[in-house]
Amino acid sequence: MILRPRLEDLKIIGFYLGKIILGLALTMTIPIAAGLLFWELNPSLDFLIGMEISVLLGVLLVRLCRTDKDLNWMQGMIVVSLSWVAAMFLGAIPLHLSGHWNSFLDACFDSMSGFATTGLALVQDLDHLSYTHNLWRHIIMFLGGQGIVVIALSFFVRGFSGAFKMYVGEAREEKILPNVVHTSRFIWLVSLVYLILGTLALGITGVVNGMRPLNSFFHGACIFMTAFDTGGFSPQSQSILYYHSAAYEIITIVIMVMGALNFKLHYHLWIGNRREIYRNIETSVLFLTVASSFSIVALGLSKTGSYSSVWSLFRKGFYQLISAHSGTGFQTIYPQQFTMDWNHLSLVGVILAMSLGGAICSTTGAIKMLRIGIIVKAFKQDLKRIIMPERALVIEKMHHIKEVFLDDKLVRGALIITLAYIILYVAGALVGMFYGNSFLNSLFESTSAAANVGLSCGITNAGMPAVLKTTYIIQMWIGRLEFMSVFTILGFLIAIVRGK
Amino acid sequence: MKKNQGICITLFFLLFFNCFIASANAAILSSRELIGNAVNYDGKTIVYSGEVIGDIMLRGEHAWVNISDGSNSIGVWMDARMAREIRFSGDYKNRGDKIEVTGVFHRACPEHGGDLDIHAKTIRRIEAGGPLKRDLQARKKNISIVLFGALILIWILTLFKRS
Repeated sequence: MILRPRLEDLKIIGFYLGKIILGLALTMTIPIAAGLLFWELNPSLDFLIGMEISVLLGVLLVRLCRTDKDLNWMQGMIVVSLSWVAAMFLGAIPLHLSGHWNSFLDACFDSMSGFATTGLALVQDLDHLSYTHNLWRHIIMFLGGQGIVVIALSFFVRGFSGAFKMYVGEAREEKILPNVVHTSRFIWLVSLVYLILGTLALGITGVVNGMRPLNSFFHGACIFMTAFDTGGFSPQSQSILYYHSAAYEIITIVIMVMGALNFKLHYHLWIGNRREIYRNIETSVLFLTVASSFSIVALGLSKTGSYSSVWSLFRKGFYQLISAHSGTGFQTIYPQQFTMDWNHLSLVGVILAMSLGGAICSTTGAIKMLRIGIIVKAFKQDLKRIIMPERALVIEKMHHIKEVFLDDKLVRGALIITLAYIILYVAGALVGMFYGNSFLNSLFESTSAAANVGLSCGITNAGMPAVLKTTYIIQMWIGRLEFMSVFTILGFLIAIVRGK
Repeated sequence: MKKNQGICITLFFLLFFNCFIASANAAILSSRELIGNAVNYDGKTIVYSGEVIGDIMLRGEHAWVNISDGSNSIGVWMDARMAREIRFSGDYKNRGDKIEVTGVFHRACPEHGGDLDIHAKTIRRIEAGGPLKRDLQARKKNISIVLFGALILIWILTLFKRS
C-alpha cells in the first residue's frame, strides 16, 4: 500500500528548501558587487531583482514551514531535487532580464546547464554580455560543480543528521572526512586554493598572449571555475579558440583533469600520499579509457585528412577528447566542424569518452570511472569462475583509497546506474531524431546533455524546438543528480496522487 | 625603349584595374558559409567582414583579432601594424569597429595548430565603433523597489508575530 505524504512531510521539505534558496540568494551578492565595481548598473539591477525574488520565496518557505524536525531519506532526496529546479528558475531570472536570451525557457536552459556543469548554451550575442552576467554564468557552474547542497552544508547548516541524506542525494557517495559538513568545507578549501592558483596561471598566460590585464584575469577566473568544475561555459562565443594559444590549452587540460579526479584523491595528495594516484582504480581506468578513446578519435581523424600535420591532429583531437572525457565541453573547433570535418569514427570516440566521465565524488557527470572499473572487475571475476575448478573460491579486489572486495551488491549498484545512463542517452537521442537530426548527431548531443559535458555538434541552438530544449534540461538535471533523488520525487508525486 | 615603357605602363594599369575590379566584385562571405564549406574555401583568398570583438592580442610582429559577423567569430591573424589601426573592440560597453578583411582562409591552419582562421592581407575599416549608451532602465529600478518593499513588509509582519 502506498502511503500518501502527510502535511508534516511537505512542511519539512519546504523548510529545508527555503534554507537552500536563501543560500542561493546570498550568492547573488557576488555579481551585484561585481556589477557595481565594473559600473554596470542595469546588470546589477537584474541581480538585485533576482536576489529579492529568491529571498522572498526563501523567507516565505522558511516561515510557513517552520519545523525543528530532521529530514528522513525520502525528504532529503526530494529537497535536493527540488533545490536544483528552484536554482534553475531563480538563477535564470537575472539572465533573462539581461535581454541576451530569446525566452525565459532559454534562460532556464542555460541556468540548468550552468548549475549542472554541462556547458550547452543558448545565449545570444555572448561577446557583448556584461562582466556581471558573465561572472554569474561561471559562478553557477562553480556552485553547481561543488553541489548546491554542499554550499548550504558548508555555510548555512549546522551539523544535523539529515545533512548526509542531502549530501548523498546530490550524487556524492563518498565522505572524505567523517562528518559531511567537514567534507563539504574540505571540498570548498581545495576548490578555492586551486581557484587562486588557476586564475594566476591563466591570467599571466593571457597577459603574455596580449590580453588586457583586467580582461585576462577575469577570463582566467571564469575559465578556471568552469574547467575545474568541468562545466564548459566560457566568456566568449568561440570558447577556448578565442585565445589562439597552445599554452592556454595545456593549462586548461591540466585543470580539466584535476576536476575529473576524486576529491578523496585530492585529499590524499594533500596529505602527502602520492602513491594513491598510481594505485587507485579510478585513475588507472581513466588513463586506459582516455588512451583507448583517443586512439579511436585519432584513427578517425587520420582517415579524414582534415589535419595536415600530426601536431594539428593531436592538438585538436586530444583537446576535444579530454574536454569530452572530463565532461567539460570546452571546444577549440566550431560545433559544425564535428559534422563537417570529423568522420563517424572520431565522433564515436568522442561520444564514448563523454558517456564515461571522470571520478566518483568529482565534479564530472556520466557513468564514472569507479563503476567502469567495478564492471570490468566483475567480468574478470566471472571469467575466472568459468576457467577455474568449480570448488575454487574466486575473489576479486580493487584499490580505491583502501582495498575493496568486489561483492554482488557493489556490482549491482554499478550496473544499475550504468544502464540508467545508457537509457537516458538513448532516450534523448530518440527525441533528437524525432526532430529530423541524424542518429549520430542526436546521440552526440543527447550524451553531451545527459553526461553534463557541453560539447555540441550544432543541434543546440536558440532555434531548436521547445520540446528538445526541455528534454535536454531534464537530461541535465537527471544526469547531474544521478537518478536517485529524481526517482524519489517521481515516487513522491505518485504517492500524493495514489496514496491512501 | 619608349615602346617598352608604354607596354609596361599599359600592363600596370591593366593589372591595377583588374585587381580593383576583382576586389570590388569579391563577395563578402559569412562565417556560416566559411565554416560550413571550409573544404571549398581552404587556402583561397576570401573577403570576410564583421565587428572586432574582445582583445586585440599582439604576438610579436603579428596579432590575433577575433571578428564576429553576428553568427560566429573567426580569428584573423594579421600584421601588428594593421591591428594597431583598430580603435574599438566590441564588449558590453563598446561596439567594435566593423572591418573588412581580405586574406587567405584556412580550414585547419598548419601554422596555428589546426585552427580555422584567416591570414589577413589587407584590412579596411568600414564602420567606426564607439561606446554603447546604456541608460539605467526605469522598469528594472521600479521592480526592484517594489520587491524591496515586499521584503520589508514581510520583515515587519514577522516582528509583529514575534511580539
